[in-house]
Amino acid sequence: MSGFPILSLMLAVPLIAAILCLYAGDRNARMIALAATLIDFALGIVLWVNFDIGGAQWQFVERANLFGRFQWALGIDGMALMLIMLSVFLMPLCILASWDAIKQRVGLYMAMFLIMEVVMIGVFMSQDLLLFYIFFEAGLIPMYFIIGIWGGANRKYAAFKFFLYTLLGSVLMLIAMIAMIMEAGTTDIPTLLNTDFPVEMQTWLWLAFFASLAVKMPMWPVHTWLPDAHVQAPTAGSMILAGVLLKLGAYGFLRFMMPMFPDASAQLMWLVFGLSMVAVVYTSLVALVQSDMKKLIAYSSVAHMAIVTAGLFAFNQQGIEGALIIMLSHGVVSAALFFCVGVIYDRLHTREIDRYGGLAVNMPAYALFFMLFTMASIGLPGTSGFVGEFLSLLGIYEASSVVAFVCTTGIILGAAYMLYLYRRVVFGELTKDDVKAMPDLNPREWAVMAPLAAVALWMGVYPESFLAPMRGDVTTVVARLAPAKPAGDARLAVGKPASAKAQGDQINGAAHAGGVQ
Amino acid sequence: MTADLALIWPELILTIGGLITLMLGTFLGDRQVGLYQLSALLTLAAAAAAVVALFGVEASVFSDTLAVDAFGGFAKLLIYAASVMCILIAPRFFGGTMRAEYLVLILFAALGMGIMASSRDLMTLYVGLELNSLAAYVLASFMRHDDRSSEAGLKYFVLGALASGMLLYGISLLYGFTGTTAFDGIAAAMAGELNIGLIFGIVFVLAGLGFKISAVPFHMWTPDVYEGAPLPVTTFFASAPKVAAMALMTRVVVDAMGPAIGAWQQIVIFLALASIIVGAVGAIGQKNIKRLLAYSSINNVGFMLIGLAAGTQAGVEAILTYLLVYLVTTIGAFLVVLQLRDAAGNQIESIPALAGLSQRRPGLAAAMAVFLFSLAGIPPLFGFWPKYLVFEAAVNANLVPLAVAGIVASVIGAFYYIAIIKTMYFDDKSETEVPATGGAIVEDAVIAASALWLSVIGYLFIPVLALVSANAAAVLF
Repeated sequence: MSGFPILSLMLAVPLIAAILCLYAGDRNARMIALAATLIDFALGIVLWVNFDIGGAQWQFVERANLFGRFQWALGIDGMALMLIMLSVFLMPLCILASWDAIKQRVGLYMAMFLIMEVVMIGVFMSQDLLLFYIFFEAGLIPMYFIIGIWGGANRKYAAFKFFLYTLLGSVLMLIAMIAMIMEAGTTDIPTLLNTDFPVEMQTWLWLAFFASLAVKMPMWPVHTWLPDAHVQAPTAGSMILAGVLLKLGAYGFLRFMMPMFPDASAQLMWLVFGLSMVAVVYTSLVALVQSDMKKLIAYSSVAHMAIVTAGLFAFNQQGIEGALIIMLSHGVVSAALFFCVGVIYDRLHTREIDRYGGLAVNMPAYALFFMLFTMASIGLPGTSGFVGEFLSLLGIYEASSVVAFVCTTGIILGAAYMLYLYRRVVFGELTKDDVKAMPDLNPREWAVMAPLAAVALWMGVYPESFLAPMRGDVTTVVARLAPAKPAGDARLAVGKPASAKAQGDQINGAAHAGGVQ
Repeated sequence: MTADLALIWPELILTIGGLITLMLGTFLGDRQVGLYQLSALLTLAAAAAAVVALFGVEASVFSDTLAVDAFGGFAKLLIYAASVMCILIAPRFFGGTMRAEYLVLILFAALGMGIMASSRDLMTLYVGLELNSLAAYVLASFMRHDDRSSEAGLKYFVLGALASGMLLYGISLLYGFTGTTAFDGIAAAMAGELNIGLIFGIVFVLAGLGFKISAVPFHMWTPDVYEGAPLPVTTFFASAPKVAAMALMTRVVVDAMGPAIGAWQQIVIFLALASIIVGAVGAIGQKNIKRLLAYSSINNVGFMLIGLAAGTQAGVEAILTYLLVYLVTTIGAFLVVLQLRDAAGNQIESIPALAGLSQRRPGLAAAMAVFLFSLAGIPPLFGFWPKYLVFEAAVNANLVPLAVAGIVASVIGAFYYIAIIKTMYFDDKSETEVPATGGAIVEDAVIAASALWLSVIGYLFIPVLALVSANAAAVLF
């Protein structure tokens, strides 16, 4: 498979389909989009199957010097592979989710989603700094249209806020990239990964990247665009926003900030920890009082992403692996939760939690899926959320027990707001007439729910399938960070077991003491 | 002397062609517009061919007053191309009121601009500038019966005269304190200690030139003139003279004032940041698309000036690339505006009237969206690339704070560009609807071609562009 430009093909398929969609009728546009995204998913599977775990760091590399100053350089490592898989997996589901919900300007809608797919997987594939930036920024345009044209009542405001907020962050990153290119004399990412920038310069570069990625992430306090964007976006827009776009920030942390500026990362570790701790507690509390379902899930995304950032900056294998699994898990689960909201929104056209209640009676299948995804979001063992949260908290604990403590409260609060949401929507008396009239899932909705549920369980039961390709890359990042890594407050030393005799004495002594009592 | 004549073929062709067109117009009356148009187009094509033929020649003619070099050649090609477009779109706009004078004025303006771009002496600089300006004043008021057009012409003339006065004053100071009007001589004089007279001279010359490129704070005329002038003329003002004035300013600053970088750099930095910010903020409240595009041009000039502030060869290369991309984008955007007519055939200029355009004319709206995102510099559209080059030049010249300020201000600019896209795509249909009929084939083709080029395809041209602009910029260093 080495010579075949499969990565370029994965970019070309949705791009060509997008152009076709613009000229096709409504019905055809849907079919074209579904076909193209399924082809891309198939190509993604080919990619995964052929990915050599433990082989070269960068695989499927393609290089063409098309642009003079920078290259058409594509290639993936394990992290990129998993995130590409997430994107191509969610994409057909998004198309299905908007099959009936979108009735106006279907061709344009499908084209925008397909362009979104090109851009997202392009970001993960890029091996050239400028190419990365172009893909990274290009995502603004289709998302601006998706929110602005097919969004809710306040869609224009949300579209503007999304666009300008993320643009403002990104432009500073561009200046940092120019400085990096000037310093290192190359735009090649693998080379830059092994370039040691002067420590003082690293701090500035780090801050500039942070300005961009923290907004994309989004981290508290620059997260305010997210609830607006989510609430106003159409269901599939929210799915892709939560599922993949939020991962771009964390991917940038892991791909650029940590390995390229290790000293600055260590210096500013507490900035990230601090913001993450605030975010976990604050946004969870905010989520608890929301009356709008989408807003609640949006705030829960911010809280989850905060655990991701904390896990990444633990600088150890477990923390980073855990963060990656949360990213994948959250990608699947939050997309599923937004779809759950979309299903009942399509029936009742409101996202007010109080308008629902008692859905378990007339929509049992829906209630079951919703329960599964709620549990996965909380992090119940057996679901994908558990694996990620457990691993990352383990890693965080090694770095700082205080941070681990605060982040753990987020999990408790997470259980609170998700269960509270579930109780109000699904349980209770089925009293409202219009709610009574809502039918259960139709086959199309089943087709979206079932794969999401399967993956959430697979990731929870056997996470090794997902961890294995990424392990080597995480080790590389950890090794790169090792010289700068500050000592954690956990004293992880293997204890010396007392001899059998001493233990026996202890037990006897205890029993004796008990006897005296 | 005669050897020199062989090197200024483009100028000679334009002069003769302009005179022939003028004579034809005088003797054949206003009916043969097609013929005059053909004559003007042929003239420009021949001039462009002459420029291409002279590529590779590097010479200084007429006692070092005029340069024949790649830098001038690059600028001239852009100027001629923009002039051709403005001639092509004119008949359909003016209809029965189209006259030969329009073509003659454009030809003479192009001649003046060519001289501006290749002048190496303050005298030729001034002659070229005024030749262009006088033609431009008349063009602005070309629709004699329209009050706004006459007003635009008058405003342009009065303020232009003021700017010329400042420029001349600066020139006289430079001459007085250096004893020469040749760029070489001035550069040699500036290599030593700068006295107060020279600094005043630099300030006044830059103020006069700042007026021509409509840099803030000398930009006041731009929105009014753009709004009042007939649309093809506005297209012309936004494209060709910008190239000429920017090329001229680059040449003056780098060639004549190069050694005094400490003196002019801060002025250029101020002009750049002020233009970017005022151009962005001023555009936000605009309801007229022509005024908005005027502010957009002010904003874009600011970005070019960042490249100039760097004062390096990379900076000049960035300016040249920027000019080309800006030219394509601006002409495309104006062609789209040209197609916005209501059912009665009246020009639509108000932005709210664009509401729902994406449904009535999806192709046109998509092209406009490409132009606007490109002007805002959002990747993957090609408008990103020149902005990147400009910032790269600034960072490499250790002007990081300038680059940061400029790029942050560019986000303000993005606001109004996406606001128009909002109107076209998100808003419901407006009352004054644009009929769903296409424009002339030439216009549609140019719009489609420029939109395609500005979408990702443009990136494939980067190696060629880099080579050409590097050759052109190398002349000045």
